[in-house]
This record gives sequence, C-alpha cells and structure tokens, in this order.
Amino acid sequence: MSLNPTQRVNWIATTVLLLSLAGGVATIRAVDRRAQNPVNREVLYLSSPKVLRRMSLGYTGLLADIYWTRSVQYFGRQHQSDSGDFPLLAPLLQITTELDPKLLPAYEFGANFLAPKPPGGAGSPDEALALMKFGVEHNPDQWRLYYDLGFLYYTEFKDYAAAADAFGRGAKLPIRNDFMPILAARMAQHAGEFDTARMLWLTTYQSTKEGQIRQNAVEHLVALQVDEEVTRLDFVVQRYRDQNGKLPYSMVELVRTGFLAGMPIDPKGHAYKLMADGRIEVQNPENIFFITKGLPPGVDPPQPPRPLKLKSK
Amino acid sequence: MNSRIGCIAFNTFREAVRDRVLYNLIAFALLLSAAAILVGQISIDIERLVVVNLGLTAVSLFGVVIAIFIGIGLVSKEIDKRTLYTVLSRPVRRWEFVVGKFFGLTGTLVVNTFFMACGVFLALFYVAHGFEKMDLWILGALYFIVLQFLIVCALALFFSSFSTPLMSAVFTFALFVIGSLAEDLRGFARMLKGLGGWFAQGVAYLVPNFSAFNVISQVAHGAPIAGTLILYNTVYALLYSAMAISGAVLIFQRRNLK
Repeated sequence: MSLNPTQRVNWIATTVLLLSLAGGVATIRAVDRRAQNPVNREVLYLSSPKVLRRMSLGYTGLLADIYWTRSVQYFGRQHQSDSGDFPLLAPLLQITTELDPKLLPAYEFGANFLAPKPPGGAGSPDEALALMKFGVEHNPDQWRLYYDLGFLYYTEFKDYAAAADAFGRGAKLPIRNDFMPILAARMAQHAGEFDTARMLWLTTYQSTKEGQIRQNAVEHLVALQVDEEVTRLDFVVQRYRDQNGKLPYSMVELVRTGFLAGMPIDPKGHAYKLMADGRIEVQNPENIFFITKGLPPGVDPPQPPRPLKLKSK
Repeated sequence: MNSRIGCIAFNTFREAVRDRVLYNLIAFALLLSAAAILVGQISIDIERLVVVNLGLTAVSLFGVVIAIFIGIGLVSKEIDKRTLYTVLSRPVRRWEFVVGKFFGLTGTLVVNTFFMACGVFLALFYVAHGFEKMDLWILGALYFIVLQFLIVCALALFFSSFSTPLMSAVFTFALFVIGSLAEDLRGFARMLKGLGGWFAQGVAYLVPNFSAFNVISQVAHGAPIAGTLILYNTVYALLYSAMAISGAVLIFQRRNLK
C-alpha cells in the first residue's frame, strides 16, 4: 500500500502522538514507584484558612468541598496504612469548616475521625471537641451538632455535666430528635450507664443515612449487649459463690441449679464460656468489636480491621 | 436607533456562536457528569453540595472567561478586519456600535448560562433523585452570576475601547480578582486615616463589588437570598455597567479611527 505524503505525515504524527502518550504514562508510573511511601508525601502547602479564603475569590463552597474530600481521602489512606498517625487531619478539617462553616458532614464525620483512639481514629479528642464547638457556634440551629458534642463529652471525656448541657441545649431547638431531652436528663443524673449508651448509639443509628456510621452504631450496640450480658453473668456467678461457697463448674450447672433460665448466647450465636477462675469470656472475641468485658486477660478491646466503606448509602 | 443596536447585538451573538464559543458547554457537561458520579465515590455526604457548588462556580468562571476573551476583541477585531469602517459608514453611530456589542455579548452569555443552568439542574436531579423547594434559590444565584457578567462585559468593552486586546484582558481579569476581594479591600481602606485613607476608600468603592454577587455557597446549603440583596445587586450591576459603557462610549467617540 503506497501512501501519499499527507497520509504518511498523518500516520507518523499519530504514531508519535500515541507513543509519546504511552511513554509519558509509563514515566509517571516509574516516578510514582520510586516514592517509598506515598502516604508520607501528603503535605499542606497552604495551611491558613484565611489565605485560602482570599485565594478562592469567593468560591469558598467548592474549595471547602475539595478540602472535605481531601480530608476523607487522607483519613482513609492513613487508616488503611495502619500508621495510626494523622498529623494533617485536624488542619484539613479546620480549613474545610472555616471555608464553609455550614458544611455539616465535616463536623459529624470529622469528629468521628478525630476522636477515637488509633487505629479507629486519630486519637485527638481535644481537636474533635474544638471542631464540634466551632460547628455549634456557626450552626446554632442544628440539633445534630449538639448531639454529637454531647456524645463526644460522654464517650471521650466522661464529662457528664458538659454532655448534659450539650444535649439540653439541643433539646430546646424547635427541630430536634425525641431522645435529646431524655439524654440530657440521663446525663444530668449520670444514671443507667448501659441504657444511656444504648440510647446514644440507637439515636446515632436512627439519625443518619450514612452506611459507615450506621454500621459503627450496630457494632457498638452489639458490644453493649455483650458487656451488659457479661456483667449480669458475673453477678450470677458471684451470687452462686455466695450461696454455695464455691465457683460453679460450668454454665450447665448454673442452669441446672436455677441461677440461669437457659444457656446464655452472645449476639454472634456462641455460648459464653465460664472460666476456671469464675470469669466469663466470649468464645470469639475477635469477632465482636468494641467489647470491654468478656475478654481474656491482657487482650485489648477488638477494633474493626479496616475503615468501613467511605460511601453514602 | 433601537433596530440598529439590535442588529449589531444579533450579529455579535451570531459571530460568537460561529466562533464556537458554545463549545464550552461540552466541557461543562463533562465536568458536571464526572463530578456527580465521582464525588459520591470518594467523599461523604456532599454529592448535592458539590453539584451546586461546582456547577455554579463553573457557570460563573466559564462565563467570566468568555466575557473577557470575547469582550476584549469586540472593538479591536472589527478594526483589524476593517469591518468597523463598513459599519460606521452606514447610519450607525459610534455609541450605538458600542452598546450593540455590549448587548450582543451579554446575550451570548445569557444563552450560555441558560444551557449551563439546565445542566446543573439535570445533574442535581440525577444526584438527589428529585428537586426540593430550596433548589429554587439556585435560580437566584444564577441571576447574580448573570449580573456579574454584565459588569465584566462592560469592563472588557471599556478597556478594549482604548487598549490592546492583551492589556484589556489583563486589566479586566485584574479587576475581576480585585472586585472579588472588594469587601476585604473596603475593610483595609477603613483602617487607613487621612488623605491615604480617603484615596484608599475611593479606590475600594470604584472597583466592582463582585463579592456581593457570590451567593453560591449560601444557596448550596438551601439558605434563602434576601429580597433587598436582589434589589441592591440589580441596581448596582445596572449602574456599574452603565458607568463602564458610558466610559467606553466617551473614549470610542474620541478615538481616531483613520
């Protein structure tokens, strides 16, 4: 096939174009591979929200969305890498919320990223608290933020008075969750630890459509059920020992002697174990996250292995 | 008189379409579609916000770029091609030429904005599976963006009436940036005392106040726009455009076209 000069130039230009494109992609990939740990390269070139606000020329909403997405991606990457180190998370969230103080997901999820201990979160409850306070200050009509603030005081700081105050302020809003006044009262009385915690997680589950948060709430509700059950069984064993002067040999004995109505089963369908020293343990502690009771001695409360999928349902 | 301005305006619009200005709509559609699909995958709970923020920001920035790059060439191109002489040899006055060009360019931008707005609402429908009452405020933000275009077009035309296209583009873009920071500028000017303070305040009030036109973030959260702001922005945009166009007419009237 003979080509005229124009066709020949077209063929050569097309070939050079495609080869250059492929070569460029290959080069970029080679450069990426050279980096030892891409996560560590994450930097904040501009850390001042004020400078960014001016540079945005007023288009702060879009820039805030970009920074929020960056925060989510950063948290996900650090979490996946199991580094437990989140130095840029708080600054990213601060920039996001100062650019757009009305961006509610940044407070709700941001506090969840910041507060829990690693590997579940950044282990920075003080920064989570600062974020939530900023959120409440700029969105005083959002009951959800008061709820999250109270939740934070309760779970991370065990500051019942501050939690009661936050729930109480949220309860006064015209649009609020029905649990808010009850939570405020419970916090004020510091009553019924399990019931209060269950109500908190139930409210969390019911008030969000976000799959990750709902799954987290379910895991905590399951853990609460186990903790409560183990506490009850410990009490039963103690009562048996008080009456009989010795520890029961097995759960079956507790059932046979009428101390238990039936064999106790954990939420995953396994029977609780009665140990020789009278302690109660779950059979597979690694399958029930966040439990604080029923664990073998020296074992930390199990955490979910990976962050839950960062996508709305 | 009106028909002559209308004629020039229509031809300006036709020329812009012929210059494939509306091709930017394809880029806009791709941008919005990609954002609507991608953001849901890589972020949390801001799909709707991104569509509104990105959509309206793109409408605004695309429009400003078009206004600047077409506006600066409206007069100089006619002089370079010598078509201006043909136009002015007919019973068309110089001021009619300038005003006609202004209306033609703003017309192009209004049509462009209309199609982009349709794209924003389609993307919003795709992401949110429907519309809410608060989405109506997006129309308010779009109206403010159009008002912003009026001022940018007038400024581009003003600078192009006495300067080269490149310098006109630089001047207009610089004023757009400064105008977007107008609130800060007035704040800084108020801090100064004496003659310097008066001068700074004068400059701060002379530059266009674009910051008042940007309510994108506000409407993205469904917050309403105050009626007084709509009124003040409308009056301000009309007055500022009239001022810039008058300046362009004054300069163009005295320009030696020989």
